[in-house]
Amino acid sequence: MLRVIACGSVDDGKSTLIGRLLANTGSATEDQLDYARNTRRGGSTIPAGEVDYSLLTDGLEAEHEQGITIDVAHLFLDLPSGHRVIIADAPGHEQYTRNMAVAASTADVAVLLVDATKGVREQTHRHLAICALMGVRAVIAVVNKLDAVDYDQAVFEKLASEVLSAADDLDQVASVIPASALSGDNVVDPSPNLPWYDGPTLLGALSAWEPPDRPQGDYRLPVQYVIRADDFRGFAGTVVGGPVRPGDSVAVAGGGVESRIERLLGPGGGDLDHAGPGTPVTVTLADDVDVRRGDLLTTPGALGNGLSPATAYSATLVWTAEEPLRHGRSYLLLAGSRSVPAVVTSVRGRMDVVSGKQFAARTLGLNDIGTVELTTDTPICLDGYRTCRETGSFLLVDRVSKETVAAGMVRHALRRGRNVVPHAYTVDRDARQRLKGQRAKVLWLTGLPGAGKSTIANALERRLHAMGLHTYVLDGDNVRSGLNKDLGFTPEDRAENVRRVAELTRILLDAGLIVIVALVSPFRTDRAVAKSLFQPGDFAEVWVDTPAEVCARRDPKGLYAQAKAGTLPNLTGLGQAYEPPEHADLVVDGTGSLDDATDELCALLHD
Amino acid sequence: MAEEDVLDMLEAEAIHVMREVAGAFRRPVLLYSIGKDSSVLLHLAIKAFAPGRMPFPVLHIDTLWKFREMIAFRDDTARRLGLDLRVHTNPERVTPFTHGAHEHTRIMKTVALRQALDEGGFDAAIGGARRDEERSRAKERIFSLREPGHRWEPRSQRPEFWWWANTELAEGQSMRVFPLSNWTELDVWRYIRREGIPVVPLYFSAPRPVVERNGSLIMVDDERFPLSPGERPLLRQVRFRTLGCYPLTAAVESKAETLDEIIDEMRLDRRSERAGRLIDGEGGTSIESKKSEGYF
Repeated sequence: MLRVIACGSVDDGKSTLIGRLLANTGSATEDQLDYARNTRRGGSTIPAGEVDYSLLTDGLEAEHEQGITIDVAHLFLDLPSGHRVIIADAPGHEQYTRNMAVAASTADVAVLLVDATKGVREQTHRHLAICALMGVRAVIAVVNKLDAVDYDQAVFEKLASEVLSAADDLDQVASVIPASALSGDNVVDPSPNLPWYDGPTLLGALSAWEPPDRPQGDYRLPVQYVIRADDFRGFAGTVVGGPVRPGDSVAVAGGGVESRIERLLGPGGGDLDHAGPGTPVTVTLADDVDVRRGDLLTTPGALGNGLSPATAYSATLVWTAEEPLRHGRSYLLLAGSRSVPAVVTSVRGRMDVVSGKQFAARTLGLNDIGTVELTTDTPICLDGYRTCRETGSFLLVDRVSKETVAAGMVRHALRRGRNVVPHAYTVDRDARQRLKGQRAKVLWLTGLPGAGKSTIANALERRLHAMGLHTYVLDGDNVRSGLNKDLGFTPEDRAENVRRVAELTRILLDAGLIVIVALVSPFRTDRAVAKSLFQPGDFAEVWVDTPAEVCARRDPKGLYAQAKAGTLPNLTGLGQAYEPPEHADLVVDGTGSLDDATDELCALLHD
Repeated sequence: MAEEDVLDMLEAEAIHVMREVAGAFRRPVLLYSIGKDSSVLLHLAIKAFAPGRMPFPVLHIDTLWKFREMIAFRDDTARRLGLDLRVHTNPERVTPFTHGAHEHTRIMKTVALRQALDEGGFDAAIGGARRDEERSRAKERIFSLREPGHRWEPRSQRPEFWWWANTELAEGQSMRVFPLSNWTELDVWRYIRREGIPVVPLYFSAPRPVVERNGSLIMVDDERFPLSPGERPLLRQVRFRTLGCYPLTAAVESKAETLDEIIDEMRLDRRSERAGRLIDGEGGTSIESKKSEGYF
């Protein structure tokens, strides 16, 4: 089975080439051919009654009607040898980078079109670069539309050497074929119009492809599912590095527990004597080891260059979401069946996919490719992407919308991510709480500027203090005058502000204090992340609900006046949205009496 | 040899997907439509979890207009494999004759499916759709996201990188999953032959009572079929390439009585299998627009 990504911009004749390939290999059905014979696109010059091959790869109605490119299409082709080719056709519209990257992520070979009348263009370099980045090492370049340049050998030779040198720079192995998709030259059959060329046709080149030898080394078996039956407990997953054999030593990556593979079962439950990459297997272990979905079984570290867990990685991201990357915001990192919260701590640069150069960048937007550093909440074992695509790649997912925001490829683990080992101290939160005779808790007050958060926090703290309780107030403005002095009010900086305050709150909670946070914290996701750092019952989200016009009238710090004058662009409620809590533990009426508010908050502490 | 390799790899991919569904979702279900693709799907689901049991129930949406042989086959299969079979029928009960093919399909299949998924609280539904079936399917994901109300939003589909899907769901979302995405019709038949998977006998040629309407051969499967004056079912040597509601599924004339003959016939016949489905072409609305309403 050969997976191919077809690239080149629309005008290069990509659809026609693929259509030709399908039709001339008998992979298109009669009714598809009829449709392509009897339908014409606007502006088409193909005579009536002839097949418009480009229509065989046609996509969704919605794409035609709305003029948008939605997706990668998957087309199938059977080679004369019986091998199956899956062609991922990524349309070359504005969303090309993301689509290209998706199609390239599983491809073995790239078929790259170059238009003989237009030459090697920016798009050619971009496509090569993205393929190289995603690990597609083999390139079959097709110099198309040679019929339009009178099958001129010189034109072909010039373009061929340009493509070969570009691919060579990217460490790719390329071959070049002169062709015309429109007249069918060299697509499936050798062309009499190209007597000077004695290489393979496109079909010939695809047929000749052999998978490169995969280095035989440590095996990798990500556990997808634990199969239980009478007296049977097996760990099911697809082998991604190997081979694996019964009797092999095994370790749960990062766990330190070792055992031996007792049985190796193939699909259907029959015993196998070995299994290589791509085979779904189920293994049983000699010892009663705790293995769960998301664990990675592998050769023990002592036997090979095994995986070790880390909490910090350098990675390349392809940003796939409309909303840009917010550093400091917590995303879910999905790697195989594993899922851990992760934060992008810094953007090291954005890649220009045409030149391959890195530029300084603070964030990444839709279709950007960049290098970042990220940290995970718990240690995770990831390979380098060059070592193994399956265990060196991951997705970043927005925690609220669950949208995939980025695809990531691991460059390497960062040293600091391996050297941080939490130390357990004997005097813990319980001990400190007992000494103080209180239960520590966090009351997180969110609301618009001027809603009355600081005033309420102040009244509450005075009351608690009078009752002999130990408290601390983390006030947004106070924190920004010290710890968070370096942060501004962009959404990224606000995420980082909330993250740092939440971490500090965690420390103060551990110290046994009742912590009152008075912070605008406008974004739902950031608050959700803050809350996720705490145990259930330790954290209460309180919405100080005051109508915007009341806040603007109060304007205790003159912020609304400044925003109105245009000198404060990011004021929450005016320049930036405020996302009120959907499930607050308490909603305080910010226009009500201070005593009532304080009573309600005190009641929360007794819950 | 290469043919076997292709089947092994397709099988491996489908099993990988099935296991991912079982592990990632709270309450998955396997949609069983009794046809050849469903039979392969079921076979793969059993293989994926052997020696354990398939960890999800099987759901059939019964429009009450399926071929009688299909229903008999379904019940036999459920008994033979010990399936947790759920059958759901929309209580609205319209017919292809009273409401037309499109409305019948919408109410008795699409709406019924939504009802059954909602009632069962299923967050992932595994189906047997393939990318080679129809043009819009070529762009379908293996993990196809549905918004609240089972809406399919082409623009909110998740990019599928590598071999792992983003299986996280936001409030109200659900997933349709298609492990056979990369299979072709020929692959399905070859796999059925290789694995010895039982299929409904209607796929094999036999003399059957049919009437010809608008160029399609429609089998008269029971007395509910309203014959026009003078119309009389004639016995013709036919078989079916796809199975659905009998008044909406055209037969093809064929002599293929065995799997080998079906496979040989398929190599020569370059018509697409859905050409016999009366509902797909109707009124310019394809599978794509049906999907937007929640069809699988």
